[in-house]
Formats: sequence, structure tokens, C-alpha cells
Amino acid sequence: MATNSLAIMKGLSGVPLRVFSFARRWPVVPGVIIAGVLIAAIFAPLLEPQNPLHSTLRHRNQPPFWYAEGGTNHLLGADPVGRDILSRLIRAARVTVIVVASAAATGTIIGTTLGLVAGYMGGIVDEVIMRIVDLWAALPGLLIILTLVVVVGNPSFTLLVFALALLSWTGPVRLVRAETLTLRTRDYVLMAHVVGASTPRILFRHILPGVVHIVIVSTTLGVGFLILTEATLSFLGAGVPPPNPSWGSMAADGREYLRDAWWVAIFPGVAILLVVMSGNFLGDWMRDRFDPRLRQID
Amino acid sequence: MALARFILRRAAFGFFAILGATIIVFALSRMGGDPRNFFVGQSGYGISQERWDSLGREMGLDKPVPVQYFFWVGDLLQGDFGKSITTQRPVIKIIRERMGATLQLGVAAWVFGIVIGVPLGVFSATHRGSFWDYVSRIFALVGQSAPTFWVGILLIVVFAVMLGWLPAGTRGEGFPIRHLVLPAITLGWLPAASYLRFTRSAMLQVLDSEYIVLARSKGVSTRWVLWKHAFRNAIILPITLSAFILIGFISGTVVAEQVFSWPGLGRLAAQAIFDNDFPVLAVVVLLTAVVYVAVVLTLDILYAVLDPRIRLE
Repeated sequence: MATNSLAIMKGLSGVPLRVFSFARRWPVVPGVIIAGVLIAAIFAPLLEPQNPLHSTLRHRNQPPFWYAEGGTNHLLGADPVGRDILSRLIRAARVTVIVVASAAATGTIIGTTLGLVAGYMGGIVDEVIMRIVDLWAALPGLLIILTLVVVVGNPSFTLLVFALALLSWTGPVRLVRAETLTLRTRDYVLMAHVVGASTPRILFRHILPGVVHIVIVSTTLGVGFLILTEATLSFLGAGVPPPNPSWGSMAADGREYLRDAWWVAIFPGVAILLVVMSGNFLGDWMRDRFDPRLRQID
Repeated sequence: MALARFILRRAAFGFFAILGATIIVFALSRMGGDPRNFFVGQSGYGISQERWDSLGREMGLDKPVPVQYFFWVGDLLQGDFGKSITTQRPVIKIIRERMGATLQLGVAAWVFGIVIGVPLGVFSATHRGSFWDYVSRIFALVGQSAPTFWVGILLIVVFAVMLGWLPAGTRGEGFPIRHLVLPAITLGWLPAASYLRFTRSAMLQVLDSEYIVLARSKGVSTRWVLWKHAFRNAIILPITLSAFILIGFISGTVVAEQVFSWPGLGRLAAQAIFDNDFPVLAVVVLLTAVVYVAVVLTLDILYAVLDPRIRLE
């Protein structure tokens, strides 16, 4: 394969060659998509052409601009109650970024801490933590958090973040623990212990920097899963609390109108697909670059 | 002997996992405060004090919480799964009605996943870097990144609305195969994608190993090397990783059944979320946990039988 692409590259010259090899080495397209979503999230109120919550019933299910009945007032059309889909997509990007970032941060902090503690302390602490991780991984997580949402009754952002964090904290534990096991016998860690550094100090000051690349990779690889789960929860009506737009609930809004207004349900799904695909791609790329040993399967 | 010990250890773990599931579900049922609240409206209006008290005695709420838990597990073991709040029918009856539809869809989707994923994975590995390798990998990437509900919606828009070839939903009467196609593809895409990736990477790994090189240099025919020597070793990894695939499959079932109005357990769960019907949801969760643990246990045993190295651990 390498010789093959080399032959292709020889055929190209000058600038295209540089662009081509750059695009091969760096994840340009996924990077641009992720950057676009982050920009949309940060500047959502400035970028939205219209108020995403404002409905104009006269415009209900208005098609995108390339249809004869469409117009530039709603570039990607309007939803069943006449809200601008493009504006809602942008606002939903902000909602998704906030929710998923909070959940990923919560899950990562808890999972990393437990992994450090389990790997460094060993013994009964390690045993208890790892058994809990195994047990939790052996249960249908999504159904359990769906039940949690039903029991709590009123959907809220806090609940959603908590539920998603419940699904994501086990990811880093195993990986961080394994790396901690090899680091704890290193001389510099033993020295720190000898000069009387406290256990938290050793864990967070001396071992954490050695595992941080694993944490970054495992979090990035988990983001796609979190976005999909958030969308699924919102699609089932147990996610982002209304009236806040979310890609999942937008698709659910359009489900009844597939015959007359496909754009309502399809566009939010395209957004999810692009973002999740970029996230997975970036995760794979970072894993191969930072730590190829993590490459267990594929 | 080692095999028996291995199976025993895995079975014990499965038992604790199910025990854990019952504790979690029980704890959830008490998280909303008094479980009698499930039976009254938001405002607490519409229930007399006498009814409230008699419900409490009926449900054993005058006993300590751990005792309540054991009563509840005792009821479950005797086949008493409680009543649905919205329809007032025994949950076990509802589950029995719905099980067939879910099994039908689940089996169809899983077969789709294996029939598409495994051969494409082998092909992709043996034709590494080719055009069709890229197509297969894009198929896998999309399958793992697209939300299940969106795949379903897209298939409905294209094949039911635009082309009008296939029905857009329900289980149908008369000729149900036509109704099965779109939901099975929707639900089966993710397992197909996962099987493809796992088979591909396992095949690539095996094809690189020395015994394959030896077999080739001995002059064994390519087809024989591929299927007899390589494939039989490579397939172990995808089989054991089926447990990972099953997790996504379970949540996918809820979504796919909801999108296609498929009258199975997944739709039941989705409906129970809308209705706040806790008893129904609890039983679906427990049932799923039991099935999941049983499948994982079976796969572990299968793994140990197929690959003797694992027993020594």
C-alpha cells in the first residue's frame, strides 16, 4: 500500500502533493467538522439566523431553499410547528457540546481517579473497584439510565449529565489502572514515596502525568458514544429537557411527517453522523499517534 | 478440570451481576420516594387516605426496606412481576405477548449482521487497500457512527416514501417478511459494522502469523490456507466480542422498534418511558439483564472451549 500511494504521489507535483500528504498525516476533514461544531456551539446566538424557539405556524414544514415552495427565510426548512431548522441545529450543537463535555469530564475524572487508586493501592481496594467496574459493565446501561430518568420524573440537564457520566466512567478505569501498575514500581515514584510525599500527591503529581495520554485517547474515543447516547435518549423523550432543541428530539419531532417533510428528521441525523464519525476518526488517529499499544482491536 | 473451574467462576459472576441488577432496580423504585406515588397523579389528588393505607399494607411498606427487597425478589422468583400502571394488566402477560416480535426482529437483524459483516471482513482483509476494502470500511464507519433511529428514518424515507417498495412500519399481516426487511437492516447495521471490523483485524493478524507463511510456503492452496488455517482461528475473536456488540444491540432494539412501530419489548419500554410506567420498565430491564448475562456466560464458555489457552488465565 505504501509503495502504491508513493507512486500516486510521484505523479502529483508541487502544491497538490503537499496538500495530499498533509491530509494523509493529519485528520483535516474530521478536524474541520469538529471545529465547526465547536464554533457553532460557542457563537450559537450570533450564528442563528432566527430564534430557534420561535415558531411561525404559517411556515410549518416549509421545505429547504432548493424547493420551489422553500425560501431563504428558512434555508434548511422549518419543523412541524414552524421553527427554523438551521437555527435549531446550531442551538442543538451548543446543547450537545455542553452536555457531552460535562458528562465526559465527570466520567473521566471519576474513572481516572478510580483507576489510579486501584492500580496504586492494589489489594482489597483494587479488587473492590475492579469487581464493581466488571459488574456495571455486565448490565444493560442504557436501559438502567432510562429507568433512572423515568423515576426522577422531570428531565433536567443535571440529570442527563449524571446519567451519561454513569455510562462513561468505566471506560478509563481499566486502562489507567494497567498503566499505573507499571508506573508505581518506577524509581521516581519510589523516591517520591521515600521522601515522604503523600499518596494523593504521588497519584496526581507523579503518576497522573504518565497516564494522561491514555486518558485523552480514551475520552476522545468515548465522545462519539456519548453523543450517540445523548441523541438516543433525546429521541426517546428522556434526554435534553424541552423546549431546548437537541438533534435527537428534532429527529423525533419529524418522525410523524416523513411523508410530507423528510427534512425535519433527516438533517439532525446528518449532523449527528458527521460529528460522531469525526470524533471516532480523531480518537483512532490520536490512539495510533500517542499510544499504539492501546490498539487492542482493529 | 480447569474448564469446570472456569465455568463455575463465570457462573458465580453472572449470578452476582443479576443480583446487582435486582438491587439497582429496587433502589431505583425507591428513589422516587414512596412507591405509592407511581399510582397517584402528580398532585397526589384522587386517592383516599384509606386506599393509600391499604396500598401500603398490600405492598408491605410497613416493613423495613431490606425486608421489602426480599419480598420483592420472592415475588419475582414466584413469577409475580407486578401490574402495569397504565393498563392495570399483569406485566408478565404483556411481556409474553411482546416477546415473539422482539425475538423475530432480533434474530433477523443478528443474522443480517453476521451474514454481511463476517464475509466482508474476510474479503476486506484479503484485499487490503483495494477499492472494495475502502467501501467496506466506510460501510463499517457509518454503521458505527450513525444513530440507529436515523438509519431507520432514512430507510423509511428512501424505500417506503420515495420508492414505495417496502412498508414503513408495523409487523404486518399476511406476508411479514416484507415488513421485516427495513427494521432488520436498521438494527443489523451496527452488528454488521462491528463484525466487519473485528473479523478484518483478526484476519489481518492471523494472516501475518508464521504458521500461515509456513502453510503458504509448503504450497497449500490459497483457498485452503484462508478458510482452513486462517479463518478458523480468526473467527474466535469476533465470536467472543459478540458481547460488546450485544450491548449496542439492546439499546438499538428499543429505538428500531420505536421507529418502525414494531410491537415488541423495545417499543414497550419506549412507551413505558412516555407513560412513566415503572413496573413495566423494571421488568424489561431485569429481563434484559438476565438475557445479557446468560449470553455473555455462554460466550465465555464457548471461548474457553474454542481456545484452551484462556482456561489457564
